Amino acid sequence: MKNNKTGMTLIVKTITRLTVGLILLYGIYIVLHGHISPGGGFAGGVIIALSFIHLMLAFGRETALKKLSQTAASVLESLGALMFLAIALLGFLGGCLFFNFFLHKGKPFDLFSAGIIPLCNIAISLEVGAGLFAIFAALILFKGLGKEE
Amino acid sequence: MKILPFFIIIPLGTAFLISLLAKKIKNFGDVLANLGTLSLLALSLYSTKLVFAHKILVYKVGGWMPPIGICMVLDGLTSFMLVTVNLVSFVIALYSVNYMQKYTDKYRFYTLFMLMLAGMNGIIITGDLFNLFVFLEIASISSYALVAFGTEAEELEASFKYAIMGSVASSFVLLGIALLYSYTSTLNMADISLVLAQKGTGLLVSFVAVLFLMGFGLKAALVPFHAWLPDAHPSAPAPISAMLSGVLIKVLGVYAIARIFFNIIGINNIYLSILMFLGVVSMLIGVILALAQWDVKRLLAYHSISQIGYVILGIGLGTPLGILGGVFHLFNHSVFKSLLFLNSGALDYALGTRDLQDMGGLREKMPITANTNLIASMSIAGIPPFNGFWSKLLIILACIQSGRIIYAICAVVASILTLASFMKVQKYAFFGKLKERWQDIKEIPAFMRLSMIVLAIICVMGGLLIIPLFKPFLQSAVDVLLAGNGYKDAVFGAIR
Amino acid sequence: MCLVLFCIGLYCVLRKRNIIKIIIGLGIIEYAVNLFFVLIGYRTHGRAPILAKDQQILNMVDPLPQALVLTSIVIGLAVTALIVAIAIRIYEKYGTFDITKINRLKG
Repeated sequence: MKNNKTGMTLIVKTITRLTVGLILLYGIYIVLHGHISPGGGFAGGVIIALSFIHLMLAFGRETALKKLSQTAASVLESLGALMFLAIALLGFLGGCLFFNFFLHKGKPFDLFSAGIIPLCNIAISLEVGAGLFAIFAALILFKGLGKEE
Repeated sequence: MKILPFFIIIPLGTAFLISLLAKKIKNFGDVLANLGTLSLLALSLYSTKLVFAHKILVYKVGGWMPPIGICMVLDGLTSFMLVTVNLVSFVIALYSVNYMQKYTDKYRFYTLFMLMLAGMNGIIITGDLFNLFVFLEIASISSYALVAFGTEAEELEASFKYAIMGSVASSFVLLGIALLYSYTSTLNMADISLVLAQKGTGLLVSFVAVLFLMGFGLKAALVPFHAWLPDAHPSAPAPISAMLSGVLIKVLGVYAIARIFFNIIGINNIYLSILMFLGVVSMLIGVILALAQWDVKRLLAYHSISQIGYVILGIGLGTPLGILGGVFHLFNHSVFKSLLFLNSGALDYALGTRDLQDMGGLREKMPITANTNLIASMSIAGIPPFNGFWSKLLIILACIQSGRIIYAICAVVASILTLASFMKVQKYAFFGKLKERWQDIKEIPAFMRLSMIVLAIICVMGGLLIIPLFKPFLQSAVDVLLAGNGYKDAVFGAIR
Repeated sequence: MCLVLFCIGLYCVLRKRNIIKIIIGLGIIEYAVNLFFVLIGYRTHGRAPILAKDQQILNMVDPLPQALVLTSIVIGLAVTALIVAIAIRIYEKYGTFDITKINRLKG
């Protein structure tokens, strides 16, 4: 029981070190290919958040918080939402400008007014990922307070 | 012409900007939130002007033609609700500048507030059924979080119950939408009514209508779905109670029911009688339960149930006069119920208690609160010449006109009981002897006073909305509801 | 099938005492509705010539229920997160998860 404070056992930590980077990469892949394969912003964002949460579960709160602190997470989330809005507004104000953004033979599509889907996907993934991570961090905070007494 | 998306963009942008920056810059949250609501109010007033000119406006999101794309519709009912919602939100935003200093994390409050406002605006202007659901959820989730804002024990419990019930209601709505989609394979509101007119309504549509009634009825706090309201409304901070009671239950509940039943599914006498019956039951039960309350905000919450019963009764009558009365009462109730809740918040702010039996004789110490409370109480009880009188009179007249004497009698009885319970509030809170504890309380700060005075003025002048000069404001809303299935023709006509 | 799930969830919400069970009941209700929605979409797929799980991005009507369900799942997630957070705070304040004991608000 020597790793009581700082997370789980050694096996979990080793495997986590190997897989976290892969999970993050996979999440980014899903986000970027959101318009030609299933996934997109939401699912990709969840997976990205999962990589950080995995870190937190395996190593304990403090290590994960060092990677991405709580205020940084909320800032990221707001930035993501604002970026989405900005893209939407850009299309709205720009009238009928259609941007073509080619990525792996996909044919682009209009989102809010004349949007670029991959960019929207990135913005959404930022928001979802940061939001989920913030929620999880906040919940762990409370559980930590309750248990340490 | 293209102002419709701004109703969503402004609150959303404000919400996230505040969440981002308000910690660094002082007072940024207050300024931005108030600016946001003020601009929304200006936009909504402008939209009424547009509706007078064009009768109906459709904005296609993304340039996609409905029924494939999502469209936003601006017609009489929409602009009326927009003005109501944004007006009350602006005043409440003013009020919150001072009131929320008692709570921590004031800027988070503004974020949630603007998110809720974005959700409500979205519900009002959307022309697509699933979009309605999405915005319904945005507004509901923000309101669950806002009710729990103070994080006292009671508030958390109330918020939890409210959240669970609200989510179940939303699931009912989603189920209804799913069933309706399977039947009509389209989600655009005008298109659904078109398909329903062609295909004919059968058992499935009635089932869907019942689901919608249950789901939206819970959001509107119709009896028997009202159980969350007396817990949730008092526990929230005062401006949130005002928002919840003044606009949220109206937009999510009454507006959604009206839009769906009148414009999409198409009214027939069965639905109308159900609505009327539920309205009358809500009226009576709300006011009877309110008589026994000693907590100011709980009493007001029960009265909300009762007054929404009035509105549903008015709208459920189906006659032009009835709908006019119902819609007018919607507007009035937003104004004076918000004012009443803001008053109770002022009492809470100054005294730290909400129990009527502890108060007494506050008339000398807090003159503005006392006077505005008097005005609002007279409005809600239906005393001339305040606005509540006119709308209740219209509803009662319409009841008699369509031959439902019993409902009219119930309405009158409920009105008398309302008067009685507000006499009680006035007597215990403001008149009488000043208790020892309250010798050195002060009047409330400036912004709170300002917002209450603004609402009181609107109460007084609200009666003027019936005179022919201002009547088109209400009449356009009534016309939309009366047109019923003509909604789809109007929308499709405006798209080309 | 979905109706059975829905009714189970509803029963959980209404009758169980533990807060966590209520939350899970709510989750079951949401899953039932989402599942139902997707199953509706299957009929739509049957009609269209393209039996596509991937997005064939020419026609937006086909994957419509899937997009809606995606949104709905995200909304459900947000609601669940919020309710769980509230539940944790309640546990701190009241010290119990039994909902019959958590009724200080009466009347």
